[in-house]
Amino acid sequence: MKFGIIVFPGSNCDHDCYHAAKHVFGQEAEYIWHKETSLQGFDCIILPGGFSYGDYLRTGAIARFSPVVNEVIKFANRGGLVIGICNGFQILTEAGLLPGVLMRNKGLKFICKSIYVRVENNQTIFTKAYQKGQILNIPIAHADGNYFADKDTIKRLEDNNQIILRYSTEDGEITDDANPNGSLSNIAGIINAKGNIFGAMPHPERVCESILGGEDGRGIFEGILSLSS
Amino acid sequence: MKAKVYVTLKKGVLDPQGKAVGGALESMGYKEVKDLRIGKFIEIELNGSSKTETEKRLKEMCEKLLANTVVEDYRVEIE
Repeated sequence: MKFGIIVFPGSNCDHDCYHAAKHVFGQEAEYIWHKETSLQGFDCIILPGGFSYGDYLRTGAIARFSPVVNEVIKFANRGGLVIGICNGFQILTEAGLLPGVLMRNKGLKFICKSIYVRVENNQTIFTKAYQKGQILNIPIAHADGNYFADKDTIKRLEDNNQIILRYSTEDGEITDDANPNGSLSNIAGIINAKGNIFGAMPHPERVCESILGGEDGRGIFEGILSLSS
Repeated sequence: MKAKVYVTLKKGVLDPQGKAVGGALESMGYKEVKDLRIGKFIEIELNGSSKTETEKRLKEMCEKLLANTVVEDYRVEIE
């Protein structure tokens, strides 16, 4: 499988994603500069974390108009797999590929720590390697991860099982205390209705090897790779 | 032409930054502060002579980039 990792000015988790795809999972992987206008030959596109365009105006707002994002939209509309992690998730919402918006954390602080999320739906390409209800220990690192959408959108996400990951306690309880940033419904990750675009604030690419502190992020890649085997 | 664009959070959208600043004013003794919300103010200088056309273009700029209409409202003033 061939992964493409988009590099915006200010991306800083691109190397982690590349390392996970290429070295941990032994797949083909290439960086794609944001000025590129073709995504031919790629099976899965990752929009990595970071601070594209310095987070100016709003997170992801300017990156959304990078030339490559138009190609990502076309690629996604053709059914291609797209993952947005952290800043990548913010860009996907700004681009309208996923609903809602990631606002400033409720506590106003940048939060960099390991948290717990519960897998709410494992009937997706990205989460099929997990059990439903499985608790994952995954790091977050963001100042703007407070997921917001209007009531109708939240209801639609709930009804269609598009909420994939929720912030939880270590035991899997969905509580306010377990919610690090004020996200509505403890939302940490969602998927589009068609099931080929996944966005999440936690960083699975950072926990794919025990030497780096954990392996709970592996399932995301394993789910995708099961398509090609 | 010069335009002023005000981008503000929609009613009902939580503004933790505004809350913190409002709380700070209150703790400084400004007890009359009831609520405070923070928005953005953008000044734009533009070429063009038709106010109607400029207004239309500015609205587009707001919809596409300057505001995220999921959570923000905007208001444009042309000088």
